[in-house]
Amino acid sequence: MESEIVLTMRGICKYFPGVCALEDVDFTLRKGTIHALMGENGAGKSTLIKVLTGVYPMDQGEIRIDGIEGVVSIRSPQDAQNCGISTVYQEITLCPNLTVAENMFIGRTEGRRVDWKTMDRRAGELLDSLGIPARPRQQLGSCSLAVQQMVAIARAVDTDCKVLILDEPTSSLDDKEVEMLFRLMRDLKARGVGIVFVTHFLEQVYAVSDQITVLRNGKLVGEFDVKDLPQVQLVEKMIGKDLEDLSNIKKHTAPTGQNVQPLYEAEGLSSTESRPFDFHIAKGEVNGFTGLLGSGRSESVRAIFGADRVTGGKVKINGKDVHIASPHDAMKQGIGYLPEDRKRDGIIADLSVRENINLALQVMQGFFHPLSKAQMRQFADEYIAALQIKTASQDTPIKALSGGNQQKVILARWLLTHPQYLILDEPTRGIDVGTKTEIQKLVLKLSEEGMSVTFISSEIEEMLRTCSRLIVMRDRKIVGELTGDELTQAHVMKTIAGGEG
Amino acid sequence: MLKKKKIADFGQLLIPLVALAILIIFNLFRDLSFFSIGMKVNNSGNIVLTGNLISIIDSASELAIIAMGMTLVTAACGGQDISVGAVGAISGAVFVKVLQGMGNITVGTVILAFLLCCLATICFKLFNGTLVAVFKIQPMIATLILYSCGRSIAYWINGDATPQLNSPVISSLGMTIPGVPVPTPIFAVLFVGLLLFLAFKFTSLSLYTQSVGINKGAARLNGINPTLIQLLSFVLLGVCVAVAGVIGVCRLGQLNHKTLLVDIEMDAILAVAIGGNNLGGGKFKLSGSILGAYIIQMLTTTLYAMKVAPVNIKAYKAIVIIIIVVAGSPVVKSKVTALVNKIRTKRRASTIQKGVS
Amino acid sequence: MSGNNKNVHREPLTDAQLLMVISIGIFAAMYLGAMVTLGGGFLKAQQIFDLLNDNAALIIISCALTVVMIGGGINISVGGVIGLTVMSCALFLNNCTIGSDFVTILLTFLLALGIGLAFGLLQGFLVSYLEIQPFIVTLAGMFLARGLTTILSVNPVKVTHAGFLALSKTKLKISWLGYVAQNGNLIPAKIEIGAIVAVAVVLIMWMVLRYLKLGRNIYALGGNRQSALMLGINVKKTCFSSYVISGVLSGLAGFVFLMHKPAGNASVAMRSEMDAIAASIIGGTLLTGGVGNVIGSFFGAMILATIQKIIALSPLNASWWQEMANGAMLGFFIMLQSVVLSARAKRRGKLEANQQGHPKKE
Repeated sequence: MESEIVLTMRGICKYFPGVCALEDVDFTLRKGTIHALMGENGAGKSTLIKVLTGVYPMDQGEIRIDGIEGVVSIRSPQDAQNCGISTVYQEITLCPNLTVAENMFIGRTEGRRVDWKTMDRRAGELLDSLGIPARPRQQLGSCSLAVQQMVAIARAVDTDCKVLILDEPTSSLDDKEVEMLFRLMRDLKARGVGIVFVTHFLEQVYAVSDQITVLRNGKLVGEFDVKDLPQVQLVEKMIGKDLEDLSNIKKHTAPTGQNVQPLYEAEGLSSTESRPFDFHIAKGEVNGFTGLLGSGRSESVRAIFGADRVTGGKVKINGKDVHIASPHDAMKQGIGYLPEDRKRDGIIADLSVRENINLALQVMQGFFHPLSKAQMRQFADEYIAALQIKTASQDTPIKALSGGNQQKVILARWLLTHPQYLILDEPTRGIDVGTKTEIQKLVLKLSEEGMSVTFISSEIEEMLRTCSRLIVMRDRKIVGELTGDELTQAHVMKTIAGGEG
Repeated sequence: MLKKKKIADFGQLLIPLVALAILIIFNLFRDLSFFSIGMKVNNSGNIVLTGNLISIIDSASELAIIAMGMTLVTAACGGQDISVGAVGAISGAVFVKVLQGMGNITVGTVILAFLLCCLATICFKLFNGTLVAVFKIQPMIATLILYSCGRSIAYWINGDATPQLNSPVISSLGMTIPGVPVPTPIFAVLFVGLLLFLAFKFTSLSLYTQSVGINKGAARLNGINPTLIQLLSFVLLGVCVAVAGVIGVCRLGQLNHKTLLVDIEMDAILAVAIGGNNLGGGKFKLSGSILGAYIIQMLTTTLYAMKVAPVNIKAYKAIVIIIIVVAGSPVVKSKVTALVNKIRTKRRASTIQKGVS
Repeated sequence: MSGNNKNVHREPLTDAQLLMVISIGIFAAMYLGAMVTLGGGFLKAQQIFDLLNDNAALIIISCALTVVMIGGGINISVGGVIGLTVMSCALFLNNCTIGSDFVTILLTFLLALGIGLAFGLLQGFLVSYLEIQPFIVTLAGMFLARGLTTILSVNPVKVTHAGFLALSKTKLKISWLGYVAQNGNLIPAKIEIGAIVAVAVVLIMWMVLRYLKLGRNIYALGGNRQSALMLGINVKKTCFSSYVISGVLSGLAGFVFLMHKPAGNASVAMRSEMDAIAASIIGGTLLTGGVGNVIGSFFGAMILATIQKIIALSPLNASWWQEMANGAMLGFFIMLQSVVLSARAKRRGKLEANQQGHPKKE
């Protein structure tokens, strides 16, 4: 607490039409500390950061920065940069058509000319010192997403920054890369940079942070030292009610055994993106694909749904041979699929919540049998109530909703079609703890009602809680299938890691 | 709540409606006789309605029809088709070629010729559509090909001459049907409009088109075939272009492949934009585009009535267009809304103060 | 050690570079083909200079279009601005009575640039600061320019100013590139001033796009507008600048056009904006923005010019064959680009998937 204060935000208010996104929020950042900003989706974290970085103008309040006289006004990202505030966003905000070096230096060099030689040299040194596997003159678009993220961090690090904001930087990184990032963060901390760290991964908060500020519903809950705030209490503060013990969730065990007819069977199924694999699921069963990022788990379920071009294999549903070559075929067989990337593949951003909810049902009905407006309204109302979707009205464009609520809308879309088999790929990613629990409970309820569910999540704990069978993938191949007593964290980890682990 | 929604629905049409109202008021003050509608016996001895208003609605017909098709392509593909004028010329050329080939012009042969026109334009539009939907080429680029060589194809079909079509059937299609005082092209607009209205009513065309336009990938994962929807939008545009081309030929009773529907692509895109539709695709309102088409024609006719030389009209049109799009620009809109809100809160604050004191 | 490796490592061609190389290759092949089959003029160096002389204005507006298209915009007013510039300069030259020839020509030149600048400023303001769709803004710009042209004069205006006519006939002569005519006289290769200006514009714009921050900002803007904003680039100013550049270049193109054909006419450079767009696309500029190169556009314009020349010399000489050939060429390039880019994207996707599938072991 002795450290010098580098950034103070006092009484910050931000209103959006019909919503108060931030109400009288204070935030203090000290030199050489890592400060976690926590809260559910829609709590106002992103808004606070966007106010700080000049993306949104604030309606009330003041920002003070160490070394600058008086109240600073930040009206654009450039202003923020000039004040020594650098940001790395969850979505990569670099230009894929420029080179790696340019992405690191564009917008912040002096003069009118571009000195390619110096730029490439400095970029090369920085990349080397941070151990980032990219070449300065490589086009950024030809790097993997993880490397692009690290280039963004390298850019932020190289600026003479006092305040570094990391907004969900770890969501597309694997464990090794996360560790590298943490090393970097500690290094910067030692150099006296104040770091604001936003993440949904609780373990990561405890791994690196010094302080935690919690927001809820646009209001400040409080600022705490990490050592004074155990994980359970943090979650309580975030969701504002005593957390129901998650272990209370009872798994529904589907009947298993030889005589049970599987609902869905695939033999040697392969697509342009996935290698041939066998898979089956029984009625009312919840199973899951697990493995590291890029192990082929998403590609496998995409093949089941026909999202990528299917190249081979036999598929049976309820014992009958069927041909699934496109999402439409899969839907006709009663399969629903909630995609991994909500923004890219899930929501139709400009359409209303109502249209988004009814979309899949409408497609099932067919092009020539449009649902009436009254029907659509009714269905939308029903599911907004059932899933407790927070929206101003069903006419609100879905893009105005918070991530968790968008996800619920997509869920509603599939539930409305009453599928017999639902595939959920990372339904809880980037979503607050409260909604996560709701979704897990919902999955179990659905399976009790007889729906089969395939569940994918990066959080193994979550999978263990819901699935009665786990299929483990490595290097785009299925390497194990775990049931019953084998479903322990240690065992799953071992199988994922393989012989070496 | 309900009232708010209505205002929001109205929002997109606000600017075009205001523009239309200003044009009308301007003409009211300028010359009241601008609005007079009369009856007159035309050259072929039919009683027809006359007057500027009738002529505006009549001569905007081709534009309104093409603007409707353009709206669908814009919404589904996120870009515009700039070859509609050239393909319209091809439609006219096919129409004339078929009728000349068959020798006599009767209702039957005209219908047959029209159907062949539709077939031809749909083929050309499918070529455009395939480039866009299958080869993922930007619509404007994909249609640039036919834009630059479409009129040459029309020439190639019919040679250099400006072939004439003299028949009462043609003149009743291009002007008026004996006994009906309203120009026939107006019925063509109603016909195409009704067709699309029914399509929206009895299919999910609107929802599918918007979904594909906003997020193609997500639409596909929800079982929609984006390629088919984009091709469909081009097919519908093809039909619109065929109708417009045939009207254009019938109006003059002759074909000039160089001037038939010339520059209509620009006006059609303008109509779509003036109607408040996003040229980047997604959500759309057909009524906006139709309104836009009539605004453009009303402006042209007003300028004619003000004795502006036809060749100079473009300059004045440009100025009015700039005014309309500036008024409709998101930046100006948000500035105006902010100003209105400020005034409102001030007023509210002052009334509250009054209440307190 | 690894640093050394990095310096030695040659980066693979970017998409834009690849497309540009393809268009240069096709230009070379086409020209060689014409040399072999048509012979005649194509065997003389003068042919290349004629292509440059006749198409100087097209080359300049192709650069203007390329700059705007790289920034993710479009400008279809360039042809109209040429028409307006040509007409107003012609009238100015015929009616100006102040000063010497030099002063008059200088004023005319400034007038041309001024008209272009005015259009660039207006359009740039409307597109970048009022966020109006560029297609509509520049369409209105085209209407305005064409309308103003006819308001100035419906009838063609021939330039009668002696000094300017002399300037327009001035040609750079290079004797060693010339050829010996049938009567034994050496006829040197002739290059018009306009052609030199056009080539200079290409080189200058290449430098601007490559070595000035403004140029790189335009690329960033076209690559991803949101990202460019986040990277601290003044997006609005950059966008504005790209339209100002294209406006000034269109004015310059008008002046060059007038030097080549010293007469104003309401239909001057009609539809040339589409030729310029075609040239940019053939040269590897993508309408989606962020990808492109003025050198490529230069060769794109030269390809269009060569087609024109070939058809003029072949038995198919007719304007409609001309148009058909242009359309076919454009279609061919568009398909080629689409195939090449998607093949590369696929290969890259596979590469990435493999990298992810087989994590490096240390």
